Amino acid sequence: MKIRTVKYILKQGVLGLWRNRGMSVASISSVSASLIVLGLIITLVLNINNVATLTQTHFDTIQVYVQDNLSEKETVNIGKAIEGIDGVQLVEYESKEQALLNMRERWGEQGYLLESLEENPLPNSYIIHLENIELADDVVLSIKSVEGIDEVKYYKEIIQNMLRIAGFIRTVGLILIFILTLVAMFIISNTVKLALNARRQEINIMKYVGATNWFIRWPFIMEGIVLGLIGAITALLIVHFGYQYTFDIITARFTAIFSAYLIPIEEMMKKTILMFTVLGTGVGALGSIISLRKHLNV
Amino acid sequence: MIEMKNVSKKYINGVQALTNINLKIEKGDFAFLVGPSGAGKSTFIKLMLKEEEPSEGMIYLDNKDITKLSRRKTPFLRRNIGVIFQDFRLLPNKTVFENVAFAMEIIESSSKEIRRQVPMVLGMVGLSERANQYPHQLSGGEKQRVSIARAIVNNPSILIADEPTGNLDPETAWEIMKVLRQINRRGTTILMVTHAKDIVDVMQQRVIALEKGRIIRDEQRGAYGYED
Ligand SMILES: Nc1ncnc2c1ncn2[C@@H]1O[C@H](COP(=O)(O)OP(=O)(O)O)[C@@H](O)[C@H]1O
Ligand SMILES: [Mg+2]
Repeated sequence: MKIRTVKYILKQGVLGLWRNRGMSVASISSVSASLIVLGLIITLVLNINNVATLTQTHFDTIQVYVQDNLSEKETVNIGKAIEGIDGVQLVEYESKEQALLNMRERWGEQGYLLESLEENPLPNSYIIHLENIELADDVVLSIKSVEGIDEVKYYKEIIQNMLRIAGFIRTVGLILIFILTLVAMFIISNTVKLALNARRQEINIMKYVGATNWFIRWPFIMEGIVLGLIGAITALLIVHFGYQYTFDIITARFTAIFSAYLIPIEEMMKKTILMFTVLGTGVGALGSIISLRKHLNV
Repeated sequence: MIEMKNVSKKYINGVQALTNINLKIEKGDFAFLVGPSGAGKSTFIKLMLKEEEPSEGMIYLDNKDITKLSRRKTPFLRRNIGVIFQDFRLLPNKTVFENVAFAMEIIESSSKEIRRQVPMVLGMVGLSERANQYPHQLSGGEKQRVSIARAIVNNPSILIADEPTGNLDPETAWEIMKVLRQINRRGTTILMVTHAKDIVDVMQQRVIALEKGRIIRDEQRGAYGYED
């Protein structure tokens, strides 16, 4: 293909898009809508997975918070009671002071934030290691019946729930994206149909003078590609600024610690730029090819 | 050279448009195709351009059987056949020059070739002065000359004209015939479908008469032969 031909194809593609501005805007919006939903889902799923992985260090332990008002003896008795439960391998005691120290250590550089606390909000707790992870549910049940226990934190369940939610979001999201993509393709193929009708006469002449089928088709495919690409760029910008905004709010409203659990924006962009561009142009090209197959018999 | 051997065309709706056509038009010939409406003249042209495929028979163009040509090669067949129509089919938003250049652009000629070739054919059809005007500024005869220029700009060996004078007054029609005759003298084979009795009678060229899809008459130096 000659450079002049490429220029011709680009020019005709953009011209066609401009001729039907209304439909072009509709096409672009529909592409970006489906990509924005995709971005939303990716954001949620990736972040939930991220949190899940980061919490996974507690995966095979059960943490038992002891009530705050108990005497030392009562606390020790709780430990003994737990040790007696079937399936428990080892019981560690972590005082609230120790817990705070550990947390400060885990938070590293941001540990100074904890110094402003007037009172230690953390409870005394037991950390229980299991003989076998399969016994977890039974052990949790038995622990809950011990007197003087405030709360049983069993991370495996939380992680599994998070992963389940992520999976659910992904499934529902993919169905939604599939539908939105079909809608986008339908709108694009209609836009291209209008462009085709506007150039019927020209195409007819081109046929008689001996233009190849691809020479006739390319400007329309280009139009679809440009529509999809603009849709993708729009979606990228919206997802980028949306994520940035939410990220900032979460960091400001809650604590900076939260941001350690969120995937940084640069990484999100790295993951989405190529995907959006390929999907956008793909949907655009496919939409126009569908239209050409239906309405152009060269 | 055009040759048809036992060509028949039945459309999918069952209409038998052409039946057992055998004919040969030599290179450089000028032939009229005449016959009443519905006789199969347009179908004949469509077969040559591979817009339709024959149900039976073979069609040779310069000794190559075009019925065996793949659809992908059809455009290259059409580059060797220029076509003009009764309704000119010019692009209204392009100038005379651009309309003619369009035919070269779409087969990816270089702009250098275009700058050389377009003025030459515009000169041949007598429209050098009109190069920068738009179709709506031209008379019917001038429009048809633009369409002729576009049809021959890529040097096809055959020019097909489907009632080229149908929309023109007699005087203008004769101007168009002069241009076609001149192109024919340069070696281009011309096949012209027409209802213009006086033109056919005066030109004294070959006349192929179709009726109900069959050739009923084929004469060198013939006459129109109908009273309508
Ligand atoms: N695409 C088509 N499908 C079905 N029948 C057609 C088609 N084109 C032409 N015909 C029929 O074939 C016959 C010949 O038509 P045509 O070749 O157009 O004749 P002419 O050009 O001599 O008037 C007519 O009966 C016409 O109705
Ligand atoms: Mg006809």
